[in-house]
Amino acid sequence: MKLLVNGNHLQVPSNVFTIADVITHFFKHDPIVIVEHNGIILEKNNHPKQIVADGDKIELVEFVGGG
Amino acid sequence: MLTIGEKQFNSRLFLGTGKYPSFAIQKEAVEVSETNILTFSVRRMDIFESSQPNFLEKIDLKNYDLLPNTAGAKTAEEAVRTAKLAKASGLCDMVKVEIIGCDKTLLPDPVETLRATEELLKEGFIVLPYTSDDVVLARKLEELGAHAIMPGASPIGSGQGIINPLNLSFIIEQANVPVIVDAGIGSPKDAAFAMELGADGVLLNTAVSASLDPVKMAEAMKLAVEAGRLGYEAGRIPKKRYATASSPTEGISI
Repeated sequence: MKLLVNGNHLQVPSNVFTIADVITHFFKHDPIVIVEHNGIILEKNNHPKQIVADGDKIELVEFVGGG
Repeated sequence: MLTIGEKQFNSRLFLGTGKYPSFAIQKEAVEVSETNILTFSVRRMDIFESSQPNFLEKIDLKNYDLLPNTAGAKTAEEAVRTAKLAKASGLCDMVKVEIIGCDKTLLPDPVETLRATEELLKEGFIVLPYTSDDVVLARKLEELGAHAIMPGASPIGSGQGIINPLNLSFIIEQANVPVIVDAGIGSPKDAAFAMELGADGVLLNTAVSASLDPVKMAEAMKLAVEAGRLGYEAGRIPKKRYATASSPTEGISI
């Protein structure tokens, strides 16, 4: 399956089914991450329920230092 | 005690989290500052760096309210999206509306700031717009329902201090919501001055993070904000053109 993640077209393995799987695929630890899936911002408790499909657009964002 | 919306804070110092030399120094500076409110930005993660550390993971989030900003937004729509992303973290319901309208001065876009404030209030956010020191704009933001007004002292990161105390004092006097002086603070003197003018709080970042000793400067800013507030509450003496002796003029034995 191919996903557009943070502007990058990437192939993900076949064991990636949900948004939570996408996060686990990219990050070793459990990061504080906010997800926008096909333009819809997700609540964190929906990450394990939200199914991803070929061609989906996913934005993974976080809090960084700022004033 | 500072009240914004229904939230109450012991500290009147808002601390930014950008550009510290290290997480260790930043953590110590944050602790020493005794701030209750930390500001953050929202950015894309680096998906090619799988074990990137994040400052939020270094602190006990129970001790702080997070104030995400919408920096990077040029329009109201972009700011609203950023605010919604921040809220979806489940970690905050306040937002600092920051919509830059000039790349050189980083001064805010007043029209987009008004539009974003209105929209975010409809969405139920606690909204703190970063604005210029324009008195009428500050009043209009309050009329929309903004929970605090955050006028800049001078351009972001410039360290020029308070360049228009008259306008700031007009904004403070007319406001019925907290006024937080945000941006441009360079030294403890500036922070104390803002508080002496009657500001309800001060938001600063670079003045601490880019100082030679951020931990020491964080403490200095804490003390300056407290001293300025106390001075404001105590009420300074009027300025006079000529001297007034503080020693008795009677009983001089010479």
